[in-house]
Amino acid sequence: MNQIDSFDPSEPLEPQPGHSSYGRLERILRRGEFAVTAELNPPDSANPQDVYERAAIFDGWVDGINAVDASGANAHMSSVGICALLSRMGYASILQISCRDKNRIAIQGDVLGAAAMGVQNVMCLTGDGVQAGDQPGAKPVFDLDCMSLLETVRIMRDNSKFLSGRKLTTPPAVFLGAAINPFAPPHDFRPYRLAKKIAAGAQFVQSQYCYDVPMFKSYMQQVRDMGLDEECFILCGVGPLASARTARWMRSNVPGVHIPDHIIERLEGAQNQKAEGKQICIDIINEVKEIEGVSGIHVMAYRQEEFVAEIVHESGVLKGRRPWTKETTAVDELVAARMEEILEEPKLLPHELAGAASDADQPE
Amino acid sequence: MSDVPPRYTQAVLNRKAARKMAYKPAGVSATGRNARRFAIRLWAVRQSRALEWFYQRFANVFLLLHPMWKAVGYQRAETPVKFVEKHVKGFLFDCRMCGQCVLSSTGMSCPMNCPKQLRNGPCGGVRANGNCEVEPDMPCVWVQAWSGAQAMRGRDMILDVQKPVDQSLRETSSWLRVTAKAAAEREAAKTGAPQ
Repeated sequence: MNQIDSFDPSEPLEPQPGHSSYGRLERILRRGEFAVTAELNPPDSANPQDVYERAAIFDGWVDGINAVDASGANAHMSSVGICALLSRMGYASILQISCRDKNRIAIQGDVLGAAAMGVQNVMCLTGDGVQAGDQPGAKPVFDLDCMSLLETVRIMRDNSKFLSGRKLTTPPAVFLGAAINPFAPPHDFRPYRLAKKIAAGAQFVQSQYCYDVPMFKSYMQQVRDMGLDEECFILCGVGPLASARTARWMRSNVPGVHIPDHIIERLEGAQNQKAEGKQICIDIINEVKEIEGVSGIHVMAYRQEEFVAEIVHESGVLKGRRPWTKETTAVDELVAARMEEILEEPKLLPHELAGAASDADQPE
Repeated sequence: MSDVPPRYTQAVLNRKAARKMAYKPAGVSATGRNARRFAIRLWAVRQSRALEWFYQRFANVFLLLHPMWKAVGYQRAETPVKFVEKHVKGFLFDCRMCGQCVLSSTGMSCPMNCPKQLRNGPCGGVRANGNCEVEPDMPCVWVQAWSGAQAMRGRDMILDVQKPVDQSLRETSSWLRVTAKAAAEREAAKTGAPQ
């Protein structure tokens, strides 16, 4: 028994000086490694195996897995639930919280609950409007906005207090993240908005899909001029496009996605659009990783999750580093050994046994 | 409990009702539908410097009137002042009476007109033409705010992180609260006792 208890993948890591969480993502970033995160497609089911299967695709290729909070205003398994399952298996999960569906009371409770279940990274988002989803009649809450949400979680962590001032006995030790979109107007405000987010508590940011590298470069130039890249870790969002049609659809229907015409033309000219989409993604990663101040990439391969490993491998961003992989534990070995035993043993079904017992009791 | 779902779920009933609706109103949210007078709102943003100048004088006059407010009683003054404030600011800015006015730090563009009621800057969904993600025909209030703030003397105030809205202060006069606070601060400074 003691041998089994000694290893638990969901155990938090040793605290380190200057770190605000006990998670792996913060360690990787603070060590100066080029980090890779990916987005998990949330299942529409109540089966934990669906989450494990979807996470297993990323095994050994990513440093963090984002659990989206009803992205696009469509209901899916909750991000708190997904993160709890992922951290149970030892994955470094990134809990996304959007302000669309919950007020400040619910959000603060969720942060505590998630941190109690081992979630080390929290990402604060505003969230898409309800009109974007399949239930446009829902009430948009937007009680906090991403900035005040960041500040709320930072106050909970650093001051060990709720927004009201009421004390927490154990504060949530989380690494705080936010989103940036350098590709939407007003462009000259965007770097200042990042500065605001850092002031509110953001320690890492993940960007919207980057398809326009020159635009991203000029944004990063401004960010470097303001010295913001020293104060937070910037992860550039990338993703493969499945086809020119998908690209057009995304451009007009997904809020905040900017895809220049030359990308769509390149996709249209290709024999195999899917392969070309993946190649475009790899080319963009190769350009982006050279930009000063970029600390990693965030791969959003919606419904193409199986490509994430290839994209990460072929772009060579990990430089031979192997992110944490789920290892077989002593428990797994014990289960495997027991498996054969279980299969060999005759099945003893309780109701049959009960039937046999009552038959034996019956006087002839 | 029966495993068979009821034949008519609420969604089915809603869909049927929707078909019978004579027409679908324009816009997708009440925020957008209530705020159709973009012309005046956009004019106010263009005049942000003049309005800032005017508001500073106006706030000083209100502070000078502090003895009067005190004599009448802030509680009693609330109703008439709120009436005037609601209609003046409603006309100029499509004011939503959140009770915690931040127009001076948002380039004279009311952030409560944002369908997401963001008070700290534009979301990532702003369209390439500078219009709102939720209301495609409405210019993003934060694109407006940024351009309005550039003309103002307090242009850096847009960079301050705003606290979340206190919903319990909705439908109250922001002018009176600001005045009462300024008067209290002035008195505290006079007596030397930090409030």
